[in-house]
Amino acid sequence: MKTFLSVFLAVGFLLAASASFAEDVPATPSGVPVAAVAAPASPAPAPKIDTGDTAWMLTSSALVLLMTPGLALFYGGMVRRKNVLSTIMQSFIAIAVVSVQWMLIGYSLAFGPDVGHVIGNLSWAGLNGVGAEPNADYAATIPHQAFMIFQLMFAIITPALITGAFAERFRFSTFLVFLLLWTTLVYDPLAHWVWGVGGWIRNMGALDFAGGLVVHISSGIAALAAALVVGKRKGYPHEPMPPHNLTMTLLGAALLWFGWFGFNAGSAVTSGGLAVSAFVVTHFATAAAALGWLFAEWAHRGKPTLLGAASGAVAGLVAITPASGFVGPVASLIIGLVAGVVCYLAVIAKGKFGYDDSLDAFGVHCIGGTWGALATGLFASTAINAAGANGLFYGNPGLLLIQIKSIAVAWVYSFAVTFLLLKILDATMGLRVTNDEETQGLDLIQHGESGYSM
Amino acid sequence: MKKIEALIKPFKLTDVKEKLIEIGVHGMTVTEVKGFGRQKGHTELYRGTEYKIDFLPKTKLEVVVAEETVPQVVEAIIAAAYTGQIGDGKIFISPIEETIRIRTKERGKDAV
Repeated sequence: MKTFLSVFLAVGFLLAASASFAEDVPATPSGVPVAAVAAPASPAPAPKIDTGDTAWMLTSSALVLLMTPGLALFYGGMVRRKNVLSTIMQSFIAIAVVSVQWMLIGYSLAFGPDVGHVIGNLSWAGLNGVGAEPNADYAATIPHQAFMIFQLMFAIITPALITGAFAERFRFSTFLVFLLLWTTLVYDPLAHWVWGVGGWIRNMGALDFAGGLVVHISSGIAALAAALVVGKRKGYPHEPMPPHNLTMTLLGAALLWFGWFGFNAGSAVTSGGLAVSAFVVTHFATAAAALGWLFAEWAHRGKPTLLGAASGAVAGLVAITPASGFVGPVASLIIGLVAGVVCYLAVIAKGKFGYDDSLDAFGVHCIGGTWGALATGLFASTAINAAGANGLFYGNPGLLLIQIKSIAVAWVYSFAVTFLLLKILDATMGLRVTNDEETQGLDLIQHGESGYSM
Repeated sequence: MKKIEALIKPFKLTDVKEKLIEIGVHGMTVTEVKGFGRQKGHTELYRGTEYKIDFLPKTKLEVVVAEETVPQVVEAIIAAAYTGQIGDGKIFISPIEETIRIRTKERGKDAV
């Protein structure tokens, strides 16, 4: 408890430089976050639960949960009809697997009391001590369980994002093991480094409001590792593999957009001005990115496609994620527009390198997330969020350097661990279905059912 | 008896059907098919990757009629399915040895 408090105090004093979403508790009129003021008091007065904050966090949790089925439809529409169920299943079952892991050990590893700045200990395993009392370190005005369940939804969607890289060929049994191990070995530690009290990237002062590093870079670079280790789909790229149902994909993108308001605005962990600001910039960045991708594609290939507009919107959502609590509307428009164009170019470049990241999880999430994390270093302003920091355009080049460092760490760590993990699973369980099974389609072979009876 | 198979543009099916009913054809079989002739296919673009789609959707309509009505039926199909564009389709005519109505066991012309 003593070390726990002293770590907290240290973080409290470093607030101006080192901030992440967890510290975005309501600011007092002087602009000093409540947590920093309350911290030295001993014994601390029992924090008071705010019903508005709690209601918003429960709503946000449900919104973020809906993103994963949304992602399932987004991905499901892009595969061939023989693999639609297996693709949807990989996202949907992540809800079940990661939830159980999170309750048992995941939450404690990611947010539990710090061990050496790299991982949480297991004292919160089984949600031991995580109850209705607020935890002032993370969210002083809502029950600790509300913060826990909100964070779970992020842990669920992150590995689901990776599935786009190996769609249409991955063995389901191996996937379940991968899901469990990846969440434990990559997501939980990274979440601790960036968001956990005592986490070393958080202490460095890197800003990641809603998960540019933890969610999008980690899953996006893991997707690249997966595409490399798992290998191409049979027949790629000679055989045409067009999406089988883009109406489904658009519905999925729309659900992602909808749910993302919980993802970003919920990351304020309160329901005040900061949540509204994050909500607003999320929306404008997404709109601009849909246009950015659309016009880039139109100029490059002559036709504005629906899949392009949907992909651009998702790229914008990804890019604004780390920045959403630190930037204003004009910056969000620029971040979105650039994200749309850059992610389009990244997806086009895939053809030149020859790997088969089937649904472009790397091109959209890793590249979009990296741009968003850099853009946070450019556009962040303490006028938007006093608990944040100023970026390069507000006279603080230091933040950009910190952002670059944190990006490099996330790239290297997630890539290396994912690569090794998949190599080990390949040698022990096998990653892919057989060639014949791949030809018949995963729905029938892995699940014994078909998506469509006509 | 002859079988007339017509491969037509899907959106022309209603026109052709109505025209055939008008001249006294009482039955037909219709199948959704894919294929290409001189029209060839088209290209589709997904996230910058271009796919050549060779097989285009067409509708195959089959009718079996008495030999003497063949010219009239062919004329009706041509009139209704014509747009003048490449891809209007084709008509194939082939002999039919026998026709049997399952319910009444009628044979030949009476069965069509």
